Amino acid sequence: MRGATHAKWAAGAVAVALAATACGGGSDSGGGGGGGDGSGVVRSSWGDPQNPLEPANTNEVQGGKVLDMIFRGLKRYDPKTGEAKDMLAEKIDTSDSQNFTITVKDGWTFSNGEKVTAKSFVDAWNYGASLKNNQKNAYFFGQIDGYDKVHPDSGSQSAQTLSGLKVTGERTFTVKLNQKFSLWPDTLGYAAFAPLPKAFFDDHDAWVKKPVGNGPYTVQSYQKGSQMSLRKWDKYPGDDKAQNGGVDLKVYTDNNTAYTDLTAGNLDLVDDVPASQLKNVKADLGDRYINTPAGILQTLAFPFYDPAWNKADSDKVRKGLSMAINRKQITETIFQNTRTPATDWTSPVLGEKGGYKPGLCGKYCDYNPTEAKKLVKEGGGIPGGQVQLGYNADTGSHKEWVDAVCNSINNALDNDKACVGSPTGTFADFRNKITQKKMKGPFRAGWQMDYPLIQNFLQPLYYTNASSNDGHWSNKQFDKLIDEANAESDTTAAIKKFQEAEGVVRDNMAAITLWYQNGSAGYSDKVSNVALNPFSVPVYNEIKVN
Amino acid sequence: MGRYVIRRLLQMIPVFIGATLLIFLMVNVMGDPIAGLCGDRACDPATKAQLEKEFGLDKPVLQQYLTYMGNVFTGDFGTAFNGQKVTELMASAFPVTIRLTIVAILFEIIVGITLGVITGLRRGRPIDTTVLLLTLVVISIPTFVTGLLLQLLLGVEWGWISPAVSTEAPFSELIVPGLVLASVSLAYVTRLTRTSIAENRRADYVRTAIAKGLPRRRVITRHLLRNSLIPVVTFIGADIGSLMGGAIVTERIFNIHGVGFQIYQGIVRQNTQTVVGFVTILVLVFLLVNLIVDLLYAVLDPRIRYA
Repeated sequence: MRGATHAKWAAGAVAVALAATACGGGSDSGGGGGGGDGSGVVRSSWGDPQNPLEPANTNEVQGGKVLDMIFRGLKRYDPKTGEAKDMLAEKIDTSDSQNFTITVKDGWTFSNGEKVTAKSFVDAWNYGASLKNNQKNAYFFGQIDGYDKVHPDSGSQSAQTLSGLKVTGERTFTVKLNQKFSLWPDTLGYAAFAPLPKAFFDDHDAWVKKPVGNGPYTVQSYQKGSQMSLRKWDKYPGDDKAQNGGVDLKVYTDNNTAYTDLTAGNLDLVDDVPASQLKNVKADLGDRYINTPAGILQTLAFPFYDPAWNKADSDKVRKGLSMAINRKQITETIFQNTRTPATDWTSPVLGEKGGYKPGLCGKYCDYNPTEAKKLVKEGGGIPGGQVQLGYNADTGSHKEWVDAVCNSINNALDNDKACVGSPTGTFADFRNKITQKKMKGPFRAGWQMDYPLIQNFLQPLYYTNASSNDGHWSNKQFDKLIDEANAESDTTAAIKKFQEAEGVVRDNMAAITLWYQNGSAGYSDKVSNVALNPFSVPVYNEIKVN
Repeated sequence: MGRYVIRRLLQMIPVFIGATLLIFLMVNVMGDPIAGLCGDRACDPATKAQLEKEFGLDKPVLQQYLTYMGNVFTGDFGTAFNGQKVTELMASAFPVTIRLTIVAILFEIIVGITLGVITGLRRGRPIDTTVLLLTLVVISIPTFVTGLLLQLLLGVEWGWISPAVSTEAPFSELIVPGLVLASVSLAYVTRLTRTSIAENRRADYVRTAIAKGLPRRRVITRHLLRNSLIPVVTFIGADIGSLMGGAIVTERIFNIHGVGFQIYQGIVRQNTQTVVGFVTILVLVFLLVNLIVDLLYAVLDPRIRYA
């Protein structure tokens, strides 16, 4: 019978398809186990890193998390205070704030047994700076002499290595900066300055598939885009040894799912509690919810390249807008207190010793509708009659707070057309418009610090032509103060100069400071001693599995 | 039949080229992908230029497309921004989504057709009304609601399943997500089968079969069902393609690292290579499944012949 043969064939095909796809099942490598003896594994949520995992190529939190576990650099930022402390550096000497002699501690190795020497650092930094390697954090080496040769703004590089770096012994090397920068040693805790083993250069592809570092953890397995298993490295020589047996980082398609998995007991740590769950988080987790300040500041930048926003009296309009924003109400209602109204342009994580100065903004950050209206009027009114507040609509639920800010402005100015949100579809397109100077009005400008220094909150953002000066603001006095602060050899005096420069930002309202962002995390009752560092990354090595 | 298949396969070429070109242009129109790579900070111009050169983004779009298609025919789908080959991404994503689709299709076939036959034979009875109401409810509730609800009840409250699917995504963990994915189509399959069965029940050949004294079971499976299945097969066939491409919502809810997840990431990161690569494969799947459906007609109804 004709039909029957066809049917058999079809059934056969289905069976083949089933068999072909049935493979790859396997057991679920559940974590847990171990118990209180420090051998338990922490199961933590993760996001898919955007760039390959190389120290000088990782510029977002998800990749940075891993680097923080598998690498230790010359300095390390204290997870509690953010203070830069010597890690692999035995000493960093300088007499003129421009030439540094660095001695690396003895007895450190990479997890493959190779010794960490001065060369491990110099090679890694040369690799990171070199244009041909496309490292997105290359600009971190911009202060080292010879950077313009290995990484010119255009054309091809004329040197392969930084002339400012010299290996002078097995454990010593010298660094020459292209200008004075007294706080430079404190930047060395950033992941981009990590040392690299020979294996990185010998077989780069294999290394990227399974990175080898010198930190408290080693990579046991890495399935890109889905999971990374890190295990405690028993021979780790540092004193910040892992308190647990390892960490399984699981990529989640959605942070809501990660949160659900945490409440169901399949996950131990979520370091990004979704905004929609903030209302339930107290009931779900109780005191296993962390909400601590992080080095993240949200601001509104202005398009200073647009003459309408850069007139003589424009600072009054900007100050007026700042006073029209009810920061307290927005942080309470929209963000459920996971943001704190900002009163300066740095972050509380710096501490007052490090340059954080609450109240520096003064009355301009207080909500005052009458004064706001007056100032905007004195400044000649809003350019074009309407503020178009730019943001990207794809991530971070920016729409909610942008609309709230606009409402606040509209209410304060008694004009329901004074401010509208102006969304851009994707983050990439948003960045594109910013770099091409196409913004029509103020736009959101978040800043996550690279290292806990006041310098990092000012220079990259407001110095003339600096890398993140998205508004293209330029002020001679500010630039001068920054240069002076960098040249200052005494830290306290340097910070004072930086704060003077911050005063210039305030007096011109170069950007409206909005709020300090907190890191928020939740954890299960299987783990304890969970904390977030100033970068809002969990301090994994200190987590204990109960 | 052979000539028919060849003609159909040849017809796929223009469809394939047109679809990929459209996707390519759409992703390109969205703007400069490099701009988003450096985070909240502008990439320095030299690195940007270097990256553009590496990904071929400095050339005109049409030339990019031609180079891309040339590479595709040699099996090279390019490299994603995280340094991974797109073919590697496919190798990890497609098996997962195919498994999910199989689960969904099996639900549609087994549950959907069974319910359809039962209700079609018992029109107007209480069971018919109940199923009709139920399907109406399922159709009117969006997938993400069903998904989140089942996840909350079965995963968190009752603890029957894990709310998130593990990396390996074996069949056993995909049952609930598959059901969620299938739910709306399942309701349609039920209704289609029901109508078709009810209509054909009064057909002459069914009456003849009954008059010949064939057992009821044979009348239903051999005569009634086989002819009634043609519209259902068309629907299920078209559904395979849309399930694979449209699994984004379900995959996000249940943390399944399949095709939907990869395409979503590709779009958010404006990664032309990933998006175009995956969509290209989906277009091929869609075309092939449609061909297979057309060929299945002949199996179901021998009167249909292909020259």
